[in-house]
Amino acid sequence: MHLHRFEKIWLMLGAGGLALFIVLLCVNAFAMGMAPPSNMEMIDPAKVTETPPFDKPGLKQVGEKEYDAYMTAFAFGFSPTKMEVPAGSTVNFHVTSPDVIHGFQIPGTNVNFMVMPGHINSATYTFDKPGEYLIICNEYCGAGHQVMATTIIVK
Amino acid sequence: MVIARKVETDRLPAAVERSSARLGLAYIWVAYIAFGLAALAGMMQGMVRGGIMELPSWTNYYQILTAHGVLMALIFTTFFIVGFLITGVARTTGGRLHGTALGWGWAGWILMVVGTMMAVVTILRNEASVLYTFYAPLKASPYFYIGAALLVVGSWFAGFGVFASYRKWKREHKGELSPLFVFMSVTTFVMWIIATLPVAVEVIFQLIPWSLGISPTINIMLSRTLFWFFGHPLVYFWLMPAYIAWYVCVPRIIGGHVFSDSLSRLAFILLLLFSIPVGFHHQLMEPGISAGWKMIHVTLTLIVVIPSLMTAFSMFAVFETTGRKKGGIGLFGWLKKLPWTDVRFFAPFVGMLFFIPGGAGGIINASNQINAVVHNTIWVTGHFHITVGAAVALTFFGVSFWLIPVLTGRTLTRTANRMGMVQTVFWAVGMFLMSFAMHTMGLQGAPRRTDYTTYMDHPTALGWMDYQRMMAFGGGLLFVAAILLILILLYLTFYAPKGYTEYPIGETEKKQQVPRFLERWPVWIGLVAFLIVMAYGYPIMEQLQHQAPGSPPFKTW
Repeated sequence: MHLHRFEKIWLMLGAGGLALFIVLLCVNAFAMGMAPPSNMEMIDPAKVTETPPFDKPGLKQVGEKEYDAYMTAFAFGFSPTKMEVPAGSTVNFHVTSPDVIHGFQIPGTNVNFMVMPGHINSATYTFDKPGEYLIICNEYCGAGHQVMATTIIVK
Repeated sequence: MVIARKVETDRLPAAVERSSARLGLAYIWVAYIAFGLAALAGMMQGMVRGGIMELPSWTNYYQILTAHGVLMALIFTTFFIVGFLITGVARTTGGRLHGTALGWGWAGWILMVVGTMMAVVTILRNEASVLYTFYAPLKASPYFYIGAALLVVGSWFAGFGVFASYRKWKREHKGELSPLFVFMSVTTFVMWIIATLPVAVEVIFQLIPWSLGISPTINIMLSRTLFWFFGHPLVYFWLMPAYIAWYVCVPRIIGGHVFSDSLSRLAFILLLLFSIPVGFHHQLMEPGISAGWKMIHVTLTLIVVIPSLMTAFSMFAVFETTGRKKGGIGLFGWLKKLPWTDVRFFAPFVGMLFFIPGGAGGIINASNQINAVVHNTIWVTGHFHITVGAAVALTFFGVSFWLIPVLTGRTLTRTANRMGMVQTVFWAVGMFLMSFAMHTMGLQGAPRRTDYTTYMDHPTALGWMDYQRMMAFGGGLLFVAAILLILILLYLTFYAPKGYTEYPIGETEKKQQVPRFLERWPVWIGLVAFLIVMAYGYPIMEQLQHQAPGSPPFKTW
């Protein structure tokens, strides 16, 4: 099939750029460990409130400046509502839902994932700067979706 | 520029014979009725989100959000696309659809209208505020899902009508190359039918029995995988008809030629192959799918860049060669020779410009890790408003300005053309302001699909308010443009002067050799099937074997 010479150049540049971009994405995801949240753990959504550690949502210190945050997202709020960590702390969020699908996002950070009933999703973030970080639900979950938020305070 | 040509109408045969024209018009007017209602709902959302107005107590934000999404993204687009493609097929296969094709077409229209009514009534009764993605375990009335299924099945019927016309044409023109418009329409419907099969499976075997209470729980992961298998090609079902207008109709409108027949066909075959097996990139931030499978889908998604680049090259090649033939000189002199005051060219051209940032934004959304910055933020809303709401919609408006006169045997007058130009500018400016605000806010983390909120006056959320007002202003302009459009189209349907309007179908400059393999459907469909099995076979098997405990239904609104 005939292709115009300029078109060949145009497509080669495009395809080359694309290939480079895909390679960068792979390096980023697999060599540098920045793959998107893809946790495979499961949980019975009807029994979230009686399954440890989600029966007592909250922060657990696991290292000198490292915490596990076990949280539930439900219509229309998050539990726990009060969390405080010192500046420089790394927090591993583990979140599940007892009802519908929710979102978990901390604006200004790369923490952004889906919370699905039956699954536990997770992401890690190091809070270097002090402040009160907003945590919001970013997946429509019902009439009170717009008020579903909490904060994490970094001192 | 000659828009309204005074000719004796009885000496020129109509481009599309009466019975086919009536069918096309029936589809297009349902599309624009849905469009008008959707535009009203959209404008109200912008005003509410911007803190400018409050909704009356008998409705709520998520109800009008569902109405806007369903009417605009599913009803308007599907009806318009079917109307456009069947009339184009009629035009290029001898001016009329034969009995079988007409029968399929009308049966499809009836099913789609019944489905639309069911969906709209359940939304108005507040029994289906589940948005157009209807994610389980939010549970809508079963009639909502049945309505959606009828809409899809009806569009298949219309597709069968197009296939029937194609087969008849092939039988009568043995050994000849099918018309480009027909080839592209067949590709679009093949893609659409394959893409909608899984969502039909989701609706029929998962959602309907579950919402009726026959099955107590639902496998959420599987429902989402089946939905997004369809959800991504849906975007290409919007784009491919716009591409048909760009490849086939626009060259004729500007007085040029189709750049390359075989290249256009190849681009469509590539779109068929690569638009389908890529749904996981909509699920990048979800648990339950491994990072490796996500990466495979991301790679397959991004390959769609190639046919898009081919389209961009072809379009600008057509513009340049046409401009130069009309005497344009120098590096950019040809630009001046294009018919800028002809809305049939101007509206789709503005749409093409929007598609450049739209495509770039799409690459960002589809990317593995970068997606975390924008996932479920209002950036995504901004993205699909410049792709579907601007690139595709402006092309459809541009098509309507000549297609409705073709079907009604009327003409696009100078005044109507001028009003169309004004309408295009209003729509473009409104869309630019609104989507600019949405993209910017999204980068700062503002969520999509959310009623007015300041999150208890949190400073981060308060920082988004100025952009939300800008968004509302853009939405207001869009609403004005929508009203203007409906008025113009009413004029073209009922009041414009009678006369002959051309159905613009471009041709190549010289007869071109087109490789036969492009029309070997079993090969292409087989390849699509292979890619689908590769991309989905193992993950779906896994989702069935290692199921999370199922979810009961919830009505949280």
